[in-house]
Amino acid sequence: MWTPFTRTLVAIIALGGLVLIYRLIFGLGAATNLNDRFPWGLWIGMDVLGGEAMAAGGGIIAGAVYILNWKKYKPIVRPAVLTAFFGYLLAATAIFFDIGIPYRIWHPMAMWQVHSLMWFVSIYVMLYTTTLAAESSPMIFEKLKMRGALRIVEKIMVPVVLFGVLLSVLHQSSLGAVFLITPSRMSPLWYSDQIPMLFLISAIMMGLSMVSFENIISSKAFGHKPHMEILSGLARGCLIAAVVYLALKIYVLATGPGIAAAFAGSMEANMYLLELMAGVLAPIILLSMKSTRENLNRIFAVNITVIVGILLNRMNVSLFGMYRHQSASGLSYFPSWMEFVVTAAFISIAVVGFKVAAKYFRVFPEAEA
Amino acid sequence: MTATEKKSKGVLVDLTRCIGCRGCQIACKSWNERSVKKTVMRGEFTNPPELNSECYTNIRYSEHEKGDQPVWSFVKNQCLHCKSPACVSACPVGALRKTEAGPVVYDFNRCIGCRYCMLACPFDIPKYEWEKAFPWIRKCTFCSERIADGKVPACIKVCPTTTMFYGNLEAVMAEAEKRLKGNPDKYVKHIYGKEEAGGTSWIYLSAEPFDTLGFNMKISNVKYPDLTWAYISKIPSVVGVVIIAGALTWAITRRQNAEKGDKHENKS
Repeated sequence: MWTPFTRTLVAIIALGGLVLIYRLIFGLGAATNLNDRFPWGLWIGMDVLGGEAMAAGGGIIAGAVYILNWKKYKPIVRPAVLTAFFGYLLAATAIFFDIGIPYRIWHPMAMWQVHSLMWFVSIYVMLYTTTLAAESSPMIFEKLKMRGALRIVEKIMVPVVLFGVLLSVLHQSSLGAVFLITPSRMSPLWYSDQIPMLFLISAIMMGLSMVSFENIISSKAFGHKPHMEILSGLARGCLIAAVVYLALKIYVLATGPGIAAAFAGSMEANMYLLELMAGVLAPIILLSMKSTRENLNRIFAVNITVIVGILLNRMNVSLFGMYRHQSASGLSYFPSWMEFVVTAAFISIAVVGFKVAAKYFRVFPEAEA
Repeated sequence: MTATEKKSKGVLVDLTRCIGCRGCQIACKSWNERSVKKTVMRGEFTNPPELNSECYTNIRYSEHEKGDQPVWSFVKNQCLHCKSPACVSACPVGALRKTEAGPVVYDFNRCIGCRYCMLACPFDIPKYEWEKAFPWIRKCTFCSERIADGKVPACIKVCPTTTMFYGNLEAVMAEAEKRLKGNPDKYVKHIYGKEEAGGTSWIYLSAEPFDTLGFNMKISNVKYPDLTWAYISKIPSVVGVVIIAGALTWAITRRQNAEKGDKHENKS
């Protein structure tokens, strides 16, 4: 458990904790480089938008097993749901520290605003985090030998999972819909009325790749035999989502600024191409080859390009796509070292948390049998 | 025009009358008890260069040439108090509100500090108290308390050249149309704020093209809250479709699996 790697992660987490205490005492201005033209930065783009997209796998795999009854994926339900739960907890924590008045994080629950997209987003985060906790609870009940509670949770699991799938669909698309109100700021390369759908489909790609990624990692770390059949299935799913995503991306580009806009050589155009190549084109080309879908290392490599590409998309939408308009005022933004430390700390918490859970709870019930 | 809009106040800023004295900037600071932020020499007169949490209004100076003569233009810059404000629709806790009298006002006691209003506002108006541990969103209040007392806003009160025409929104728009029609050679043929973002309570007339004065011409004429409402209004159907399709899928696939399971058992 206490490998040098884990120790490094724990050190980063401790440093991140100190930075967050500093942020609470001295405010956002002291800890971050955010300013009046860049009200949202690395924490929102990466930790919240990126983190929540990474957590999409929980809803997909739970839905596949409990709603579609694809029992093949049963062995990976637990790790997928647990990762999603961690992801949402971390995103909620990031939101807690990113909002100006953290102790008022409960306000949306009491002050309903059905005209506000941000209100829906905050309600989804609360509801879905709770739902994922319910979906992960069998692990805890097993450990504590609470058979009664376990039986009840297992009985209501199908409706709970369906509710979770619904929340996941609503939440992932609404994260994109947040930006519908920015037509006069955002580059037309990203701004479109299709942005909720683009966020939803890319979250499916991201979710499947994350589930596959962490399965390969943990099978290596804990010495399980990886389920090649499952990983190929996930890769196929990712390929289908990527093809649909590419078609929608091209449609949005062609009906918006025109295909040529992507090759204009500007900062935005280059970021767009980078995102498209890493997140969409490379995975489609590689995954369309059967040899890739059946090779552990190649699947792993594709997972990484998808994760990087879609993360880049979230940063492009929330930051780079609006950079030209926002910086015309003379203000600019590059994250402070404290912002980087906190983001690194969140990633570290996710890794360490997953290791601890895998060690002490039956995250991989099939692997033990 | 609705009944509420008839009661609602508005302002016409006739930029041809502004002499750039910045009296409004001082009056605003003094009425709203704002302090100052240190700025640096940048070789231009606009100061501070942008609105900030301590500065709700400023005069933007721009110099151009007409013939061989230098010409100065002065633009009073502040919240436009949209008729359908993007910031109000964006706020998840109702901290921003469009009042019947016209001002878009802010209630700190509700605000969680998500800063979505700053991103939503097409005019880049809401500013944040970044340096504070418990920051407020800050912006022009249209002197809502003065209006409630039957007084005119502080900036308008001190203006020595009657640059700002204040009154009921309807009368303000009629005055703008009248001036534009009466002096077609004096003004560019556009009332900024008549259509922008679905219409604003503060509107502008100018002798110079608006884009040369730093006005954002990319602002769409739609009501900004409609952009997100287009998505929100679909949520009930998404809920219905996902629940029904999900339940049906579950029922069908479970039966298929059970049948498959039976065959397996029969074989073995």
